[in-house]
Amino acid sequence: MSDRKTRADRIFRLTRRKALKGLAAGLGALAVPSNDASAAVWESFFQKNFRELSRSEVQDVVARLEAEYSTRYGKPVKVKTTPSLEGVLYGYGLDLSRCIGCRRCVYGCVSENNQSRDPQIHWIRVLRLSKERGVDLEHAEQYYNPANVPEEGHFYMPVQCHQCENAPCTKVCPVQATWKENDGIVVVDYNWCIGCRYCMAACPYGARHFNWKKPGLPAADVNPDTHYLGNRPRPVGVVEKCIFCMQRTREMEGKYPACVEVCPVGARKFGNLLDPESEIRFVIENKRVFILKEELNTQPKFYYFYSV
Amino acid sequence: MKKVWAFVKGCFILLRQGSKLYYTWVYVLLAFVGIGVAAYVNQLYNGLIVTAMRDQVSWGFYISNFTFMVGVAAAAVLLVIPAYVYQWKPIKEIAILGELVAVSAMVMCLLFVTVDLGRPERFWHLIPKIGILNFPQSLLAWDVVVLNMYLVLNFSIAGYMLYSYYYKRQPNMKYVTPLLLFSIPAAVSIHTVTAFLYNGLAARPFWNASILAPRFLASAFCSGPAGMILMFQVIRKWTKFKITDQAIFKIAELIAYAMFLNLFLLGAEVFKEYYSDTAHLAPMKYLYQGLEGHSDLVSYIWTATLFNITAFFLFLIPQTRENQVTLNIGCILIFVGVYIEKGMGLVIPGFVPDVLGDFYEYSPTGTEILVTMGIWAAGLLVYTMLLRIAIPIMNGDFHVGEDGIHPHIGDELFLVRRVAEDVGEEGDLLTQ
Repeated sequence: MSDRKTRADRIFRLTRRKALKGLAAGLGALAVPSNDASAAVWESFFQKNFRELSRSEVQDVVARLEAEYSTRYGKPVKVKTTPSLEGVLYGYGLDLSRCIGCRRCVYGCVSENNQSRDPQIHWIRVLRLSKERGVDLEHAEQYYNPANVPEEGHFYMPVQCHQCENAPCTKVCPVQATWKENDGIVVVDYNWCIGCRYCMAACPYGARHFNWKKPGLPAADVNPDTHYLGNRPRPVGVVEKCIFCMQRTREMEGKYPACVEVCPVGARKFGNLLDPESEIRFVIENKRVFILKEELNTQPKFYYFYSV
Repeated sequence: MKKVWAFVKGCFILLRQGSKLYYTWVYVLLAFVGIGVAAYVNQLYNGLIVTAMRDQVSWGFYISNFTFMVGVAAAAVLLVIPAYVYQWKPIKEIAILGELVAVSAMVMCLLFVTVDLGRPERFWHLIPKIGILNFPQSLLAWDVVVLNMYLVLNFSIAGYMLYSYYYKRQPNMKYVTPLLLFSIPAAVSIHTVTAFLYNGLAARPFWNASILAPRFLASAFCSGPAGMILMFQVIRKWTKFKITDQAIFKIAELIAYAMFLNLFLLGAEVFKEYYSDTAHLAPMKYLYQGLEGHSDLVSYIWTATLFNITAFFLFLIPQTRENQVTLNIGCILIFVGVYIEKGMGLVIPGFVPDVLGDFYEYSPTGTEILVTMGIWAAGLLVYTMLLRIAIPIMNGDFHVGEDGIHPHIGDELFLVRRVAEDVGEEGDLLTQ
């Protein structure tokens, strides 16, 4: 970006900030000034897109959210804003020859990422497919419920956000409430999303989920270690999705998402695509890999493979 | 500026005057709007869970109605073209009514989109500079731009012309003609952009067909004019406004051509999907035949198809096109037929089966139906108000008084059944 353009951007932002602040001050004066709760309501109403917040504004927002969540759930909740790690691009491998369809990943994900328990929101959906038909989504079954898995004649294919390089969902968002971060994770600003659900129509993997109702998250189930763009408790009326457990994986290189840790058969692999020594690179270079709906050119960073 | 204010004030005085029938009609509409608002408040309070939409079918009745209404609005050009490009007098007299239809339909479209939002209070995020409008990346951003532009355009054209007539002046065509000509591509654009909104999603093969935008336009040029013909019949029967049979028959003829195109394009799509018989056939099969025991839409779509084909023949044959009974039947068939085809018949199969092969059969809940009825009532209310002002102005019953300040109101009743003329009109129709 040329200097002139940067400067023009800054000027534009400054005026907008002023305009918003003026508006906020004006409306704030209408609300009862001494009432903290109503002040927080106005602050959250006038909050800007996360990517446009200055450092000090981010601190204000985080403090406000932490206070709000801590009061609501009766325990301290941390909201982090850790940015992408340098030189990291996350990739995910899923071993179809190992997966047994136990859905431990589904529920491991739910408890790590503070999804609504009532109604239930699952970021991972496990499809049961027949070995005869192969990967034939039209005959996939999501609601299989046998006494024991795996079942004879079937294999299982968990599907979650593919963190596409050429993501159809971010392109269609009318307000840029969702975008791809530098480490490849596609995130949603839950305070900016207007809930139009265009991204859900655009996603070929059914990876985006909507809060049709105020999320039912019992205080006892809250995971207090959260990220602003990730697993913090969500409001009603916005879209959410898998974020590769950024509250864990961004803290330190080598940390795994919850689904990778919980998988009892080691079917899930995770790592840095830019690191030639990583496990995920080994998988891509040495195993039979396939991309779901490759013809759509979404360029996922989620690779299915067969280890045997 | 003072004159504008006097005009607006005069309009409000006029809106309060009317026959018992006018008042009844307005109160009935207001009652429906009230019910819709109550249902919407309930939806706001509980979240969109009170609708039947879920993750698999994430758009439903609201967006279906939105899509249909965009078509109705776009159809105003079918009056503008003969009126102002070909200077055909019978339609020129009524072109303004078409523009007012466009205004009302746009208001409905914006309401339908708003009630579908999960966080309507964040609408300001869409306003450029204050929020972030993702233009030109997102087709929804395009839609926001063109829909609002079309609304403002039609409102200004009709408003300026009526304002001029009110002050007994001829509108300055140097301003109006370019705007009118611009409204033609603008009408095409609102429907094209709305089609592209679906069309651009590779994840949904049912929508991802290049024939979608042409089909949208063809069906819009059927449903909008059909609705307008019905409306015109009501207007000429219940108000003092005259609309010639000639104008109505010409519109009916245009509908016949548009319906031919619509059916042809539909046939082209059905052929391609069925003959190539790929995995992409599933949504169409679900719509027309039912798939794996899921067949909620089948009876609807066949009703729509039957209605459209019947109406096509009714409008193709001059004898039935120019007979008031068959003409009205044809209009109703088309309006309903396209409402099903371009509404639920277009939106729902895009989601069934969903991208992972899951079947969720959607049918709207009570809340969705009540809110939708409320928005339809609001649209009709807006149209009634606009007509209440436009019709007396065009009849010369509402203009500035001798003193140049106060309005002169010559039509205090507005809605009255015209018994004597009614017979005369029927006679007209029969002799034609």
